Amino acid sequence: MGAPAAAAAALKRTPLYGIHRELGARMVDFGSWEMPVQYAGILEEHRAVRECVGLFDVSHMGELDVVGPGALAALQALTPNDVAKLADGRIHYSAFLTERGTFVDDLLVYRRSADSYLVVVNASNTPKDFEWARSRARGDVRVADVSSDYALIAVQGPKAAALLSRVSSPDPTDLPYYGFREDTTVCGARTLVSRTGYTGEDGFEVYCRPEDAERIFHGLLDEGRADGVAPCGLGARDTLRLEAKMALYGNDIDDTVTAYEADLGWIVKPSKGDFTGREALLAQKAAGVPRKLVGFEMSDRGIARHGYAAKTAVGPGVVTSGTHSPTLGKPIGLALLPAGAATVGTEFEVDIRGRAAGARVVPTPFYKRPSP
Amino acid sequence: MNPDDVKYTSSHEWVRVDGEVGTIGITDHAQKQLGEIVYLELPEVGHVYNANEEFGTVESVKAVSELFTPVAGEVVEVNKGAVGEPGIINDDPFGDGWLVKLKLSSDEDVASLMSAEDYEKYVKEEEHGA
Repeated sequence: MGAPAAAAAALKRTPLYGIHRELGARMVDFGSWEMPVQYAGILEEHRAVRECVGLFDVSHMGELDVVGPGALAALQALTPNDVAKLADGRIHYSAFLTERGTFVDDLLVYRRSADSYLVVVNASNTPKDFEWARSRARGDVRVADVSSDYALIAVQGPKAAALLSRVSSPDPTDLPYYGFREDTTVCGARTLVSRTGYTGEDGFEVYCRPEDAERIFHGLLDEGRADGVAPCGLGARDTLRLEAKMALYGNDIDDTVTAYEADLGWIVKPSKGDFTGREALLAQKAAGVPRKLVGFEMSDRGIARHGYAAKTAVGPGVVTSGTHSPTLGKPIGLALLPAGAATVGTEFEVDIRGRAAGARVVPTPFYKRPSP
Repeated sequence: MNPDDVKYTSSHEWVRVDGEVGTIGITDHAQKQLGEIVYLELPEVGHVYNANEEFGTVESVKAVSELFTPVAGEVVEVNKGAVGEPGIINDDPFGDGWLVKLKLSSDEDVASLMSAEDYEKYVKEEEHGA
């Protein structure tokens, strides 16, 4: 059996590192961070989030402050979504794009007020994103990397609201989807709570000071015992987000994939005015988007994984993510396929280590939570 | 714990020899490293292998790993139960989670494999080295 490589030295650790060791997590190198990949097991943790509630340490995520009278104009120019539509206390999904309309990163924009925003980015992209935004932001605006001011705990699952409301004051669980507030105390500590997540379930993300992270994580674990709470690692985070067809930077999107190709046209608002990548995206739309990120299921055995070649009747494609779906009990994945092969029902082949395995484009998301 | 009645490879397979038939599986350490196993690809009965040849793959949610023959021989039986329910490899890697049985071509291969004690040392070194 081929052995996985051992972790390298000098990895960064989150304030919850000690708890992960206590809980017996298996740690892995994730983009220069030493993070828990699993505790009890990926399938069990996945199920806990779909049926009860799971806790994730996502403190490795990066946070940028964009502040000043010119903050709105700067973000409008840096990101494709329409920041002017955001009200105070609201969040939207967006991106930093290159001139080619491809991804520097995908991100969330939190509007605190008309001249103060928090931008949450992918962990390993934080230095790149900070430099990207800082060097390109024009006008009276200050961009600061404030990642080390925050730990971040995601509370996800159908029982997340019930659990969080018992340890919070004032109760943040009447927040709308993609809303946040900064006046909530969780387990006695000051926080920013948002109704966001990366699992396809209802849930919250709790931003806190690094020194308060252990107390909140422990508090939620203790209080959540009756709800069937489980600490969850990056393994379950990946299977959960994939079932919900949420893109993962570095797998499904990067600086070779445009927002339209990624099927993320809904975050592109050309009518709002100019932003980096706009021209390229308009040109691509006019010429026809050549390939598309689609969901697929395997018709043959085996898991098609990131980077495996796909063969369609109209040309080659590539698998960007693939796993065994714990909810569906079968292999699923995402692939970039030529537009002519991207319609639901299209059959294609994936080269699984030299074996041609059948696959089929299916509707996404693979999993949608039952309405409450 | 690693049983004494089997021999071990550096790629974390084991073989239990009974007469001219060797039963092959992966070790407890290997299944723990992989996590929950969800797919298993094994050869058909009748395939003939040299020692250290790839004879299949085992996949967990996170990773895929190739399987290598500890010894040379012809496949005489495949664990269909494990193909259908790969989780039994996690539950009982040295027992019900066996993978294939080979009719050995020679008994020389076995002599070069590790004992349980050597394998334990090897795993410790691998974890601390690398």
